[in-house]
Amino acid sequence: MSTTDGANSNNDREERMSQVTGKQGSINQDHSAAKQSVATHSLSDVASARRAKLGQPIAGSTGLEARGVHAWFGKKHVLEDISMDFFSGTVTALIGPSGCGKSTFIRILNRMHEFIPTAALAGQVLLDGKDVYEPGVDVTKIRLRVGMVFQKPNPFPSMTIKENVLSGLRLAQIKIENADELLESCLRRAGLWDEVKDRLNEYGGALSGGQQQRLCIARSLAVNPQVLLMDEPCSALDPGSTLRIEETVRELAASMSIVIVTHNMQQAARVSDYTGFFLSDGGPGRLIESGTTEEIFSNPKQKRTEDYVSGRFG
Amino acid sequence: MTQTLTAVQPGRPWKLTQKQILPDLFGAIFTVAATLAIVAISPLKGKLGFALTLIFMAIITATAISWIRRDRKAAMNSTTTVLVYIAAAFVIMPLFSVIYEIFKLGSVGFSFGIFTDDMAETSAASPLTEGGLLHAVIGTAYIVIFATLISTPVGILTALYIVEVKGRFAGLVRFFVQAMSGVPSIVAGLFIFAVWMIQLGNAYSGIAGGFALTVLMIPTVARTSEEVLKLIPQDLREAGLALGATQWRTVAMVIIPAARSGLVTAVILGVARVVGETAPLLLTIGGADAINLNPGEGNMSAFPYYVWKNLLIGDENAISRAWTGVFVLMILVLIIFTLARYFSTVRGNKK
Amino acid sequence: MSSAVVEQKQTPKPRVITTELRFTDKVFRGVVTGGGLISLVILGLIGFFLIYNGFEAIRNAGFAFLTGFDWVDAVPENNQPASYGIGAMLYGTIVTGILALLMGVPIAVGTALFLSYYAPEWLKKPMVVVVDVMAAIPSIVYGLWGFFVLMPHAEYWAKLIHKYFGFIPFFDMPAPVYTRSPFIAGLVLAIMITPIVTAISREVFAQTPLERIQAAYALGATKWSMIKAVVFPYGRGGVVGGAMLGLGRALGETVAVYTVLNLVYDIRIEVLLSAGGNVASMIVNKFGEADFVELQALMAAGFVLFLVTLMVNFLANFIINKTARE
Repeated sequence: MSTTDGANSNNDREERMSQVTGKQGSINQDHSAAKQSVATHSLSDVASARRAKLGQPIAGSTGLEARGVHAWFGKKHVLEDISMDFFSGTVTALIGPSGCGKSTFIRILNRMHEFIPTAALAGQVLLDGKDVYEPGVDVTKIRLRVGMVFQKPNPFPSMTIKENVLSGLRLAQIKIENADELLESCLRRAGLWDEVKDRLNEYGGALSGGQQQRLCIARSLAVNPQVLLMDEPCSALDPGSTLRIEETVRELAASMSIVIVTHNMQQAARVSDYTGFFLSDGGPGRLIESGTTEEIFSNPKQKRTEDYVSGRFG
Repeated sequence: MTQTLTAVQPGRPWKLTQKQILPDLFGAIFTVAATLAIVAISPLKGKLGFALTLIFMAIITATAISWIRRDRKAAMNSTTTVLVYIAAAFVIMPLFSVIYEIFKLGSVGFSFGIFTDDMAETSAASPLTEGGLLHAVIGTAYIVIFATLISTPVGILTALYIVEVKGRFAGLVRFFVQAMSGVPSIVAGLFIFAVWMIQLGNAYSGIAGGFALTVLMIPTVARTSEEVLKLIPQDLREAGLALGATQWRTVAMVIIPAARSGLVTAVILGVARVVGETAPLLLTIGGADAINLNPGEGNMSAFPYYVWKNLLIGDENAISRAWTGVFVLMILVLIIFTLARYFSTVRGNKK
Repeated sequence: MSSAVVEQKQTPKPRVITTELRFTDKVFRGVVTGGGLISLVILGLIGFFLIYNGFEAIRNAGFAFLTGFDWVDAVPENNQPASYGIGAMLYGTIVTGILALLMGVPIAVGTALFLSYYAPEWLKKPMVVVVDVMAAIPSIVYGLWGFFVLMPHAEYWAKLIHKYFGFIPFFDMPAPVYTRSPFIAGLVLAIMITPIVTAISREVFAQTPLERIQAAYALGATKWSMIKAVVFPYGRGGVVGGAMLGLGRALGETVAVYTVLNLVYDIRIEVLLSAGGNVASMIVNKFGEADFVELQALMAAGFVLFLVTLMVNFLANFIINKTARE
């Protein structure tokens, strides 16, 4: 599913995405009236302002793609027909009210969904063109390439900061030559180096919430993932830490693809290039609409999308 | 793009397919075959040799398969998986052996007639059709009932002190009750001997044994009752107090009834703990051969003592009697155990 | 709301609330407190009566009570006083306890891991019941089974161990008598303490924070790497505490050891040899025919056993309570 460079590719992508959302059978409405609403304007301003600042995202596929993904817990159908493409060099935000399956979806992407005893799924998740659910695939290798940062920071309290960052390598039994170099590089990319460089041998639990979360980010970076999944990484943090992590996310996007689930629409507007809007009306969660962030927030094609981003519900 | 209307079926693509299990299956067959081969040609013999070789080959095969299929990390994972399974097997095997042997050796001398006679006129070496263990049954019944009568109120009061009254010493009491549950049974016997026999000058009797078992039973009843009372939601207490009830009425009329089945379980578990205790009885009850209907006076028997006596005599029939005693004792323990589980799960869930 | 405004308010002092208990509640609390303190009282009485009765023996022998190997009755004809020392038995208690730990704890922890992380659902519950039943089996049953069923096999294993590892001093055999050895006693004790250690370890493992487990898996850990990285560091204290509780049980075990251990008043390091000891078994052994002087010595021995097991249990519970609070 690779695309070529240039503005055309954006249009192609958008078309494909709207074809996907068009499956839901909704009509394109004239949203010119809605454009006047203040909320939509401010979010879309944020989105386009950021876009203008950083230029076009790197086009070209990352290799992570979801095709027709469904999920169940026992008999309960919780996700229906999700297809999304996650591009290298971009940040994709997944927004929507709580309980509509966003967290379940990203856990399907790194094969954490299957830990729940009643879990089942259908569809494919392609990484560099190969389905990660194919029989015979080494699950632990998938998780090295698709990393995850959780909502509640969870550094290993029995390990020092240095050991925490390198823990991914130890768990995977990967030997490297320059552990200290990697340590510094990961901590710098996570924006934590200056704060902890003098106390690398202290225990991971002694840091503040925001620092712990950045430690977890550094830890995920150490194994050099292609994709980094983030499940509401800032929702347990104060606004200051949140902004710092958002900066980090933007910088990291240059070398990988990031998928971030968030409840905070302003955050989505600030941080992401593409956005997917999930919604469940009592039934399984569906991907109502997905497209560039600018579009979703200033010119959404679906009424429900518009209602959500303008704050009428959720 | 047309929308496909076929219903999508849930699947579990992470479950191992037949194709994937194949190497493991081959590995298992290889393990067994290799073991048989090694046992045949090497000096390792017998069940032990077979078992050791099997374990060794299982570990090697599983590790090798994982190493080849994936990498060292997966190989170590497989090694420990096999080791963990072996540990679990080692735990189960003794139990099954114990139960099997008890059944095999104990049922030889078992007949319903043994519940009708004692050993007063029969020597332990005489044939198994003579004599019985009625004296042990009565003795155990007296002693355990006596111990229960004392331990139940003390244990429950202790739990009430820790959970409801929460006095100044609550933490201390809790710690000491925990410590008390670690007192060796022989020490409990020595203690009662020192107090009841040496200090107060009494002779062997049933209630002396009962006292000794009480020392062992109180901690079990207290700890289990404490956990049960802790499970009672605070709302219940507050509801009682808000209605103007005194604490004692709240406890007596609201808490205890609510915790009833759990407290019964606590008592039953206490009984299970002491019914098979031997050492304290060896020092306190004298081990009679005849039925003694007076718990306060005279030597008394009990199941563990009966088994012990026969064991020490060493004659073939005596040993058989010992196994039969163990057999009946185990049935008793299993009945008590099942009762305890029944009360803690079924009745508890009915609320 | 800034309080820069001039008016300074004094924060009132909290009111002292007194509740006079009703008479019935006073009685209730009194009764319950009394019941609760009985355990403390009993524990104290145990210690008191044992030392009260055993005092003479310790005074006569002095420190040699703990270290002496003789257990000799008085011979009045020769004016030879009694000499009682539990040194050999104390050594034996410790040796059998350690053997039980070495053989039982790895199996118990392995089983706890199996039940927590490896067992399929349909196997978990029955196996938990199996472990619980094992804990309920009375020690005399283990004694009988240990002597008649296990010992023949264990004797054979001991012979093998001596054959291949006899160069290690522990496994040497001054005389080829393999029955009723500390090794076999340790084996029986190991089987007896496994259920306790398994149950406690399982509880601890069940409390491992799920988020850390998920973090490990998300980093590409296998089940074993996850256990090493998360479960063991977290559960270390609880498992140690459980092992110590098992040790406490093993140290005080009487009848299960009596049948499978030959009491010899001597310290030896060869664990396969038919010579050993255990304070509890000794007490039972000597009790039947003990005269008053010997009885005092037995009381003193019981007191020592009481102290040792009490300390081990205190330590174990302390460790368990401390890690439970974290």
